[in-house]
Amino acid sequence: MSDFNPKIVAFVCNWCTYAGADLTGTSRMKYSPQVSIIRFPCTGRIDFMLLLKAFANGADGIIVSGCHPNDCHYSSGNFHARRRWIVFRGLLDFLGIDVRRVRFSWVSAAEGAKWAQLVNDTAEHVRQLGPFSGYHRLRGLGVG
Amino acid sequence: METENKSIRRDALEKLFSQWLAGGKRILAPKKIGDKIDFAAVTSLAEVSRDHVQTVQSPKTSVFPRVEELFSFKSSDGRVQIRERNGASLGETVVFGLRPCDAAAYASLAAIFTWDNPDSLFSARLAKTTVIGVSCARADEYCFCTAVGGGPGATAGSDILLTDLGSGEYLAEIVSEKGRQTVQATPGQFLPAAGKEKENRLAKVDPAFALDKIAPALAVLFDDAAFWEEQSRRCLGCGACAYVCPTCACFDIQDEGGVSGQRLRCWDSCGFSLFTLHTSGHNPRALQSQRWRQRLMHKFAYMPERQQVLGCVGCGRCSRACPVDMNILEHLRAIAEAKP
Amino acid sequence: METLRDKARELLAARTVQVIIGYGQGSGGGARAVFVREAADADALIFNEACRQNLAVYLMKPEVRKLGKAALVATPSALRTILQLAAENQVGDHDLLALAVHAAGEVTLLATLQAIEAHVTELDADLSAAEKAELRKYEALSLEQRREYWQEQFSRCLKCYACRAACPLCYCSRCTVECNQPQWIPVPAHDLGNLEWNVMRAMHLAGRCVNCGDCSRACPVAIPLYLLNQKLISDVFANFNARSGMAAKTDNAMSIFKPDDSEDFIR
Repeated sequence: MSDFNPKIVAFVCNWCTYAGADLTGTSRMKYSPQVSIIRFPCTGRIDFMLLLKAFANGADGIIVSGCHPNDCHYSSGNFHARRRWIVFRGLLDFLGIDVRRVRFSWVSAAEGAKWAQLVNDTAEHVRQLGPFSGYHRLRGLGVG
Repeated sequence: METENKSIRRDALEKLFSQWLAGGKRILAPKKIGDKIDFAAVTSLAEVSRDHVQTVQSPKTSVFPRVEELFSFKSSDGRVQIRERNGASLGETVVFGLRPCDAAAYASLAAIFTWDNPDSLFSARLAKTTVIGVSCARADEYCFCTAVGGGPGATAGSDILLTDLGSGEYLAEIVSEKGRQTVQATPGQFLPAAGKEKENRLAKVDPAFALDKIAPALAVLFDDAAFWEEQSRRCLGCGACAYVCPTCACFDIQDEGGVSGQRLRCWDSCGFSLFTLHTSGHNPRALQSQRWRQRLMHKFAYMPERQQVLGCVGCGRCSRACPVDMNILEHLRAIAEAKP
Repeated sequence: METLRDKARELLAARTVQVIIGYGQGSGGGARAVFVREAADADALIFNEACRQNLAVYLMKPEVRKLGKAALVATPSALRTILQLAAENQVGDHDLLALAVHAAGEVTLLATLQAIEAHVTELDADLSAAEKAELRKYEALSLEQRREYWQEQFSRCLKCYACRAACPLCYCSRCTVECNQPQWIPVPAHDLGNLEWNVMRAMHLAGRCVNCGDCSRACPVAIPLYLLNQKLISDVFANFNARSGMAAKTDNAMSIFKPDDSEDFIR
């Protein structure tokens, strides 16, 4: 399991977390190269199905991160996202899809260190959980 | 080939199962799944359900899978490699315990898939499927096989048709060359029939309507929009009827993947609103009533006209599965009795 | 039953409505939807234990809407559906009135959305004790057991969309699955596509589903879809104190937010 390098996909908002990740870089803080960052205008734009698509395409873990409540560039996108995640997490868990593999966070443009910590933590956590083979092997099942 | 009568005992059938499985064959048979009886892979005769009139789905998946890979592709260095499905790589299947109506359905499917553009995958699957039917001791109000040229003891489409004679014994009618080969491959299991008969073991199903009235009536009723609107008003336009039907053969083709992937064929239904939607936005069958009419026309007029075979075997599955009780038999009776 | 038929005859004769959407005799001793347009045909209407279909699904069908103003023979679920449709601006007072039926055979005419609201307030709209117990049973399974259970259930899905077709709240004239640029939800009924479809539909009904159960009854292969919907009904109520189908003018729980919505899972 120590050889396993988890694939982490991060869905982040442009104005806070993406900028925060930029800061991590310019501050020369190192963080796990396992993460692939996908930039959105806002967490409110993140369709919950995207998380399942990421898993279906080989992700072992997912990070979803945006502006802190009240700091959303579009005022309330993150509030809508929060409600959506509350419900979606519950549904995934009910279906036996391991929600420990999905990390939600608020990371602001000033929180470069928090971003690095989040990614490293998540990568290590998912490394412990192992590859998400339970989901990956769904692809191809039921095809004659 | 003339049908030959033999008999077989239940314990010999068990031996057949073991032999088929040992030979790497898949056995599809009616099996209890939750509260329903449906076709599924079985590994013993004991798993096969015996106290049902009909299964939820048909065994058409043996030759026309719900999802089927047509080919896979991979692109690299600007070139695309395609790997086609090879019929030779397919395994063998025994469909065991299907009803005479389901057996007759293979001819309707073959009429479409081997029509003007022979479908090699379908033909390969059909060649590798052995059909062992079981005649019907019971029928219910949804069955109408006898109205469409079939019957509870009809042998058309079966390689072997079994009839339960009671006390663990079956009459085995060896109908086709494949049936004969099955008998030969399992020496000692099939015994002489010694005058055993099936007639008093079969359900009584009176023909529910006069088939020869249907196509002419449909031609006359075609433009009667009000008639079709009345009939179809409660139809919700789902695909349940098409998917459980043993003769429905409409399919969609979907490419999945990106740089590498597969081309898949999957079931489709003429009941869906999207079915005839053109990319221009025009839809020649925009109304559910037009789609319902099409379903009946296709099965009872177009297919007989073009492929000389009916698109319905009277199994009644569509009516049992329909969430709103469309009951095709009722509608067919209304059509047969419609005054021009 | 005579009260129902009498009321129907009255409404049609006075042209208060152009069609009664109700239940009639169906196959196998069951019931089916009937659309009575002439007072003389009101005898076709029945009401018994077999009458469970949520007839509100027909309120959104163009082929039925074009018949004119409708009177809907309404079970409690159908009444809540009407309110939810109204809250989503899909129906108004001019479109319909409801004939609320009770097990005892009484019929209450509810001529306005306001009247329906008043009537529905008296109903116990919560999940029943048995439903809650069943939900807890599934929630109590281990992660692996839940995964295995739902994989088996979804492997049977045919993508026939009977669940969608039967659901009165799945009324989009162009469903997400019918979008093919990109093909967001796979068309073929393979295991992955089936999971995505059922998850998506459950989420699109979050805060909207009224627990009528028609999706589960419609499913030809008996997938317990109601469990997904009841899970979300339960979670939406627990987290947002919101229940669908109770008011004709209200916000959808998933379209609004509260500043103090739960954050305990967010770092």
